Amino acid sequence: MSTHPTTPSQTVGPYLHIGLPWPDGPFAVAEGTPGALWLRGTVYDGAGAPVTDALIETWQADPEGRFDHPDDPRGPRNLPGFRGLGRCPTDASGSYGILTLKPGPVPGPGGDQAPHVDISVFGRGMLNRVVTRLYFPEEEAANAADPVLNSIGDPAARATLVARREEDGYRLDIRLQGADETVFFDI
Amino acid sequence: MSTTPDGAHRPDGAGPAHGSAPRTGTRAPGLHVPGYVRDHDTHPPLDYPGYGSTALRHPKRPLTLLPHTLTEITAPVLGGDRLGAHDHDLTRQHEGEPQGQRIIVHGQVRDSDGRPVPHTLVEIWQANAAGRYRHTGDTWPAPLDPHFTGVGRVLTDAEGRYRFVTVRPGAYPWKNHRNAWRPAHIHFSLFGRAFTQRLVTQMYFPDDPLFFQDPMWQSVPDERARERMLARFDYDTTEPEWALAYRWDIVLRGREQTPFESEEEVLEDDE
Repeated sequence: MSTHPTTPSQTVGPYLHIGLPWPDGPFAVAEGTPGALWLRGTVYDGAGAPVTDALIETWQADPEGRFDHPDDPRGPRNLPGFRGLGRCPTDASGSYGILTLKPGPVPGPGGDQAPHVDISVFGRGMLNRVVTRLYFPEEEAANAADPVLNSIGDPAARATLVARREEDGYRLDIRLQGADETVFFDI
Repeated sequence: MSTTPDGAHRPDGAGPAHGSAPRTGTRAPGLHVPGYVRDHDTHPPLDYPGYGSTALRHPKRPLTLLPHTLTEITAPVLGGDRLGAHDHDLTRQHEGEPQGQRIIVHGQVRDSDGRPVPHTLVEIWQANAAGRYRHTGDTWPAPLDPHFTGVGRVLTDAEGRYRFVTVRPGAYPWKNHRNAWRPAHIHFSLFGRAFTQRLVTQMYFPDDPLFFQDPMWQSVPDERARERMLARFDYDTTEPEWALAYRWDIVLRGREQTPFESEEEVLEDDE
């Protein structure tokens, strides 16, 4: 087997807004879809200032824990109207919002994983994306058994991945740096 | 080249918590899926003092190793419905033609095993020929071009090939250091077929005189890896009396070879 070396990452820079946002980016499902909920949050830098030029992307399973993808060994499943991907630039207050459905549990190497959403953060001043996950606060038992959450020893660090319930969805603030820095993954 | 995950050599101190990462296919009850190679050595560190804006925007804690589960080995399957009629040709998005040197930019997207990455979305954005972006944040005194937006999208074909027509972007100043100029570049964004393959990068032009002072270019630690961001002039693809051409191939992460990978997939590896 030959291995070709990969292409390096570079920052999205300050002008990502002309290229990356889509009008329907924040809508993994259309407004009015039964079960639709908002995932919201603010991105902060190491000085606690909101990051107003970042881009958030979310990727997740559907409510049954399935993916519309040929590499899902259970077979691809297309849930009409559901994209799995959300994409939202942060606004003047550093905030993002993605309308989606709550994912179901996803099989993993140690049994089912708790429902989760993979999140990429891109931004000026970031030479590569950073990756984190969002977990749901009401899934206490599933979260307690989740192998990824359990691989994080410090309970305070683990808590940075668990969203807070809000009226029409959930909130997960992302802190790129600092005392309450979000847990980021080596992906 | 070794594909053994080894984040311990990352110079930024934000490398993975485990110096030697476990394979993602460790045998245990549950669903095992083949993971993707980890290519830390290719990428710039998140903490790079030469690029001032990284200072407050890089995690200081070690990254936590994420095993590749179904969520990480899948990605959105996006169709042609995302594309507009002239998304592949940035010189035809307005009534008139933009100023500048017309160029064809094309190449193939493959993974590190040499497999083409077909039907994946490639998005680009760039400055105009004078080095100005059509963005409210870009206010340096170079002219905007009423006939140039600077945004393109295509899907790769069945062989992973892409092709854009555009104009060569200009260099532009920025405030990172005294008399700082960005070399001419085109921003590229790719999804690949897995969350692990997601890549945002920049394509540069050969023989640019500005690399020596550009922290973006220099943030890539390995000089050979920097060269992989460089397009090559492609005379064979130029169109007589119409356009010059550059070729830029992009390599995304390939599959980790595990004992669980099917023989069929190994046989598909034809390069």
